Amino acid sequence: MFGYMGKILRINLTTGVVSKEDLDFDLAKKYIGGRGLGTKLYMDEVDPQVDPFAAENKIVFINGPLSGTATPTGGRYMVVTKSPLTGCIASSNSGGHWGAYLKYAGYDAVIVEGKASLPVYINIEDDKVEILPALDLWGKYVSETSAALREKHPESKVLTIGPAGEKLSQMGCIMNEDDRAAGRSGVGAVMGSKNLKAITVNGTKKPEIANPDGLKAVTKECRTLIKENGVTGGGLPTYGTAVLVNIINEHGVYPMNNFQSGYDPDAEAVSGETLTEKYLVKRNPCHHCPIGCGRWVKSEKHPDGIGGPEYETIWVFAGDLGIDDMDIVIDANFWCNELGLDTISAGATLAAAMELYQRGYITDELLDDDVILKFGNADSVIHWLKKMGNREGFGDLLARGSYRLADFFGVPEYSMSVKKQDLPAYDPRGIQGMGLQYATSNRGGCHVRGYLISPEILGLPEKLDRFELAGKPAWVKIFQDLTAVIDSLGLCLFTSFALGAKEYADMINETLGTEWTPEDLLLAGERIWNLEKLFNLEAGVSPEEDTLPPRFLEEEMPDGPSKGWVHKLDVLLPLYYAERGWDADGIPTEERLEALGLL
Amino acid sequence: MSINVKLFANFREGRGKVVQMDYTPGMTAQDVIDHLGITAPEIAALIVDGVDGKVDTMLTAEVKKDGYLAIFPPVAGG
Ligand code: SF4
Repeated sequence: MFGYMGKILRINLTTGVVSKEDLDFDLAKKYIGGRGLGTKLYMDEVDPQVDPFAAENKIVFINGPLSGTATPTGGRYMVVTKSPLTGCIASSNSGGHWGAYLKYAGYDAVIVEGKASLPVYINIEDDKVEILPALDLWGKYVSETSAALREKHPESKVLTIGPAGEKLSQMGCIMNEDDRAAGRSGVGAVMGSKNLKAITVNGTKKPEIANPDGLKAVTKECRTLIKENGVTGGGLPTYGTAVLVNIINEHGVYPMNNFQSGYDPDAEAVSGETLTEKYLVKRNPCHHCPIGCGRWVKSEKHPDGIGGPEYETIWVFAGDLGIDDMDIVIDANFWCNELGLDTISAGATLAAAMELYQRGYITDELLDDDVILKFGNADSVIHWLKKMGNREGFGDLLARGSYRLADFFGVPEYSMSVKKQDLPAYDPRGIQGMGLQYATSNRGGCHVRGYLISPEILGLPEKLDRFELAGKPAWVKIFQDLTAVIDSLGLCLFTSFALGAKEYADMINETLGTEWTPEDLLLAGERIWNLEKLFNLEAGVSPEEDTLPPRFLEEEMPDGPSKGWVHKLDVLLPLYYAERGWDADGIPTEERLEALGLL
Repeated sequence: MSINVKLFANFREGRGKVVQMDYTPGMTAQDVIDHLGITAPEIAALIVDGVDGKVDTMLTAEVKKDGYLAIFPPVAGG
């Protein structure tokens, strides 16, 4: 068996039984690995109607066939479970080194089931797998937990949750190596519900490669393409993802004050250029990554340096809250990482709370005269993040995410979310394809299920008219399918700025000894997309939830270069369903499912 | 009468964040980048007075008096 390690580790926290099972190679090839195979393994074992916090729910940590190989960025892993935030399938992806180390320990996936009676962590060192007590770690911040576990297992990589996951915040994320996050959809809370604090992993094995010389040659070629590409060899390494602040803002789709407008005249204060000039210490790359978009930064509060903020994090704690202060952004990023909170959802929930305050739903009285949650109030950010992560006072309500918060006041329309997951940093009114992708994303509001920003704003691989509707459903479908492939291979999505389906097919073929064409890969991506959709339907997530908050459909963008636009989802959605071969109600047809091998 | 040219990322090197240029009737975005020593293949996104489009098309756009341009090299993220 090439590429894969051929073993799945199953750990039952109720019984304490650990078992090792053979990987079904045919199944693995059909669903590739990572997001695809993880979803298939999960769906074969778990009732989609399961309560995400029940012991019957499971959580799958899975790498891809290219994780742990020398391929560029080959080190990622995916966390697959049912999301307590959305009720949809959650596939949350993280970089760093943990995913590659799981492979080196000899496993393609770890399936954790049941629930421990007391807090535990799992230690994996090659064949040695232990469930160990973690009472002393429960309640600790992420860096404290990682440091304590590194002392016990110095060679291992640590994946852990923070207080937010322990306290079942629907925004609880999973952190590895302190500053890398499987951020979205509340996967950390599922770990918390199982009393599982952390997983440490180390190993000494390597995957066998079908054609080592061929893979070496293809890897070299791909690295050259990445190096010579203006984005992956220039913009991203130099400025990080924060370089997007200015370009998104100049197109008038940089959401301000909970998406009440789309242009920030003071965005320069939190731009990638400013971050680079005033705060950057060095790059902070993931495993085998020649791009190195990750940042290591210093600020007044963090003079020893910490992992720096990504674009989405900068936006959500700056523009979305009406505060343009990079020091606050860096501190907010730090506290989200320590508490184990998804930065996008945590910031977006503060933004929704600020709009609810602006409109009189949240009052000073309700806040018990605590710090006012008001746009522009810099003092509120860290104060309320800590209360959110620790579920103290009004923070308990905030910890449920913007949708449940706004719904509590009877006005869910002030939550800028899709399927209860908060939207990222692009106003869909000025980017019609991106809006369609938000509405149809299988994990709810998300930019990395199909990054239409590439063609609609950045001109990659070609510039599309961002307001045009014609052709957009086809673009959305192909971006969604290709992304599902990359997420399943175990590579970083950012490689796709330089590489195409042909390069991915070359890498996988040399690794597995297959002869897949780019079309075969895209078909596998479509299969994965449809599989996720089937899960959501069986979980009771109706296609009626394939929509956008009313603000984007009814309120014209008030200012900036996207002024006057609303999102035309009513036109695009039926065309998208047709493009996917689904019926008019958004249900995959038997014919399509059969063609994809899903029946 | 002048126009503002906003520059981003490495286009700022040796040029600064914003360059002010005298406006001449009929001047196009191509005239602006020629003046700045930037070539079309280096540009990934070009906005002229709030309007964006394919770079080649935008280079032929006339700049308004008191108008602005925003010029970006290849950048991305997510
Ligand atoms: S491009 Fe950035 S996120 Fe992707 S693997 Fe490299 S450092 Fe990690």
